[in-house]
Amino acid sequence: MNMIEAINDALDIMMERDPDIVILGEDVGYFGGVFRATAGLQKKFGRNRVFDSPINECGIIGAAVGMAAYGLRPVPEIQFADYIYPSLDQLISEAARMRYRSAGQFTAPITVRSPFGGGIFGGQTHSQSPEALFTHVAGIKTVIPATPYDAKGLLIAAIEDNDPVIVFEPKRIYNGPFDGYYDKPSRTWKGHPGGLVPEGYYRTPLGKARIVREGSALTVLAYGTMIHVAEAVLAEKGVDAEIIDLRTLVPLDIETVEKSVEKTGKCLVIHEATRTSGFGAELVTLVQERCFYHLEAPVERVTGFDTPYPHSLEWAYFPGPVRIGEAVDRLLKD
Amino acid sequence: MAENTARKGGNLPPLELYVPEPRYRPGDLVDYSHLPVPPAGQLSRPDENCPASDTWPMTTDMIRVLDEEDQAVGPWNPGLDPETLRRMLRNMALTRAFDDRMYRGQRQGKTSFYMKCTGEEAISVAHAQALAQDDMVFPTYRQQGVLISRGYPLVEMVNQIYSNRGDALKGRQLPIMYSSRDYGFFTISGNLATQFPQAVGWAMASAIKGDTRIASAFVGEGSSAEGDFHAAMTFAAVYNAPVVLNVVNNQWAISSFSGFAGAERTTFAARAVGYGIAGLRVDGNDALAVYAASQWAVDRARANQGPTLIEHFTYRAEGHSTSDDPSAYRSAQEREEWPLGDPIMRLKKHLIALGEWSEEQQDAMDRELVEHVKAATKEAEKNGVLGHGLHHPFHTMFEDVFEELPWHLEEQAAQAIRERQIKWPEWKEEGDV
Repeated sequence: MNMIEAINDALDIMMERDPDIVILGEDVGYFGGVFRATAGLQKKFGRNRVFDSPINECGIIGAAVGMAAYGLRPVPEIQFADYIYPSLDQLISEAARMRYRSAGQFTAPITVRSPFGGGIFGGQTHSQSPEALFTHVAGIKTVIPATPYDAKGLLIAAIEDNDPVIVFEPKRIYNGPFDGYYDKPSRTWKGHPGGLVPEGYYRTPLGKARIVREGSALTVLAYGTMIHVAEAVLAEKGVDAEIIDLRTLVPLDIETVEKSVEKTGKCLVIHEATRTSGFGAELVTLVQERCFYHLEAPVERVTGFDTPYPHSLEWAYFPGPVRIGEAVDRLLKD
Repeated sequence: MAENTARKGGNLPPLELYVPEPRYRPGDLVDYSHLPVPPAGQLSRPDENCPASDTWPMTTDMIRVLDEEDQAVGPWNPGLDPETLRRMLRNMALTRAFDDRMYRGQRQGKTSFYMKCTGEEAISVAHAQALAQDDMVFPTYRQQGVLISRGYPLVEMVNQIYSNRGDALKGRQLPIMYSSRDYGFFTISGNLATQFPQAVGWAMASAIKGDTRIASAFVGEGSSAEGDFHAAMTFAAVYNAPVVLNVVNNQWAISSFSGFAGAERTTFAARAVGYGIAGLRVDGNDALAVYAASQWAVDRARANQGPTLIEHFTYRAEGHSTSDDPSAYRSAQEREEWPLGDPIMRLKKHLIALGEWSEEQQDAMDRELVEHVKAATKEAEKNGVLGHGLHHPFHTMFEDVFEELPWHLEEQAAQAIRERQIKWPEWKEEGDV
């Protein structure tokens, strides 16, 4: 399966299992979503469970919070992560605080799905990676899959989770892994182990990282599209890197991170999002605080630049093989 | 290329920005003769199942039931029995007595903050009377009358206000941000208008499940300017959600008069029709009119005929909160000159006119309510007042952020408890060794 099919399958399975699950969002109903993630679901489950919404992100999340307070498990979609901002008050002030401020009387078990990330010539408003806005919010879990297998397993776990979860889906890798070499022909998930998606129900636990590749020369912390870019660059350079796909940013799998950095003594953090106050800053700080005496070099970050996401200069912006390669060279120079 | 008609030297008048200004500022003499107060009983009452557009006359006029002779008149007279009227009167008086006591409690330093609803008691009490007990209310911070009407224990309210060990919300919330799932009272948020689309979502869920319960939401006229208001109205209309959307127009949003929410151009009720939602504008100081309009909207929602927006026209008689001094921005005369009077006085006089109540009974009830509130306060004080110990244990600060504590919150909880042992070495909690 590709990632869209895996997401569609997860939604289908969960809707079958739990009659309280409803899907709402722009174009998700009859049409099946602009990326086809909800294709066929309205036909199968009816318009009362899968329905189109007005173009109003505040309303989509606000209504979902109210539905969750009633006892449903809504899975709202925000068409692009770039358009999640009108719903921030509902997500940050409401969904994230519901359990805390009511001492558990009301909860917000909603799963917000939203395509994110660049690499598709999406320009400023179809490429952003706003995960750090949410990792900074107490009460929200942030999940980012890097393979179809994890997309299905993590989405199922997110829907079953009793806390609000935001699942950012890297749209660059919906149809195939992307290694950062933009001038090479694109690949599909066929033949990639992450594209082998079992039928039926399974879950990938939240808060657990995945070791993509074991190694001893350095630890790479990444998620989403950047997993595949990192894998390709390090393989090409012949570096015995340990690559960790964080999968859940909050709550973070700190044990796996610590264990790896203590083993390798070096750490490289990679994300597409802009650098300043990005999630990488949190990762670097945690590694510095908790693995300081094991570190043999400064922790490096490879990120997007601190600019809005450009259109024509996308491949100058994107943290691709050259930027990663330089950072690896610096880390390994001694 | 088109010529720039606004260029210097053109003969068009210069554009002017209009900034609304209230009629009366501190020291001004107040005259409300500009404000139309239609006679009671004159507006017709359409069928609850009418098209939204049929309610247009009800959105620009004002539904009033109690007339100058304290009689209930016209097609909107709900014909309530005296016992129900006395219950509403009592709940309104209890709400006021509670407000007065808690205001004093804040001044005495027993808590940090309080907000009264003086002058607006009819709205929450009569509206609650029209709802079923298990309909979910999405209130603002000025609908304490709903909790009181539903019989929520006063001691629980005071515990919350004092943030003490008995506080059901574990001292996490600012005073008056109550929450009670059992009493159908949704957790109050400090962020204005967010509960409006949530109520619509709750109502949609009830409809999805084929339930018979409806939702009711409140905002002030000030926060009807928030984007959430538009989201809620759009969603409510699109999905024909079984919800009653209430705008309490008390003329003031802290220091800003209702003109800054658009009141100079149209009524708040009139906005409903543009969304295809039924609208009603009601004298918010007339408990019978509030009840009648609420009942109309509740019946409409319950019959799958969709949402209603009710504008409750009233006056915020006191300051915005204990942190506010209204004499700094409005005339002190406004309250006494308010042409719609006081809701408690009006209902009392109506009951007396019916021969179902007397001044003596009112005085006795008021005395009893003062004692009732005082007793609840004393009871709650046994659980502590703000800043005087008896708070919830430190670890509870970290609970309920998530269903389970992740490692980083466990670490931070351990830190807070270490700090506690240094800052307050005499402090003992369950589990301390």
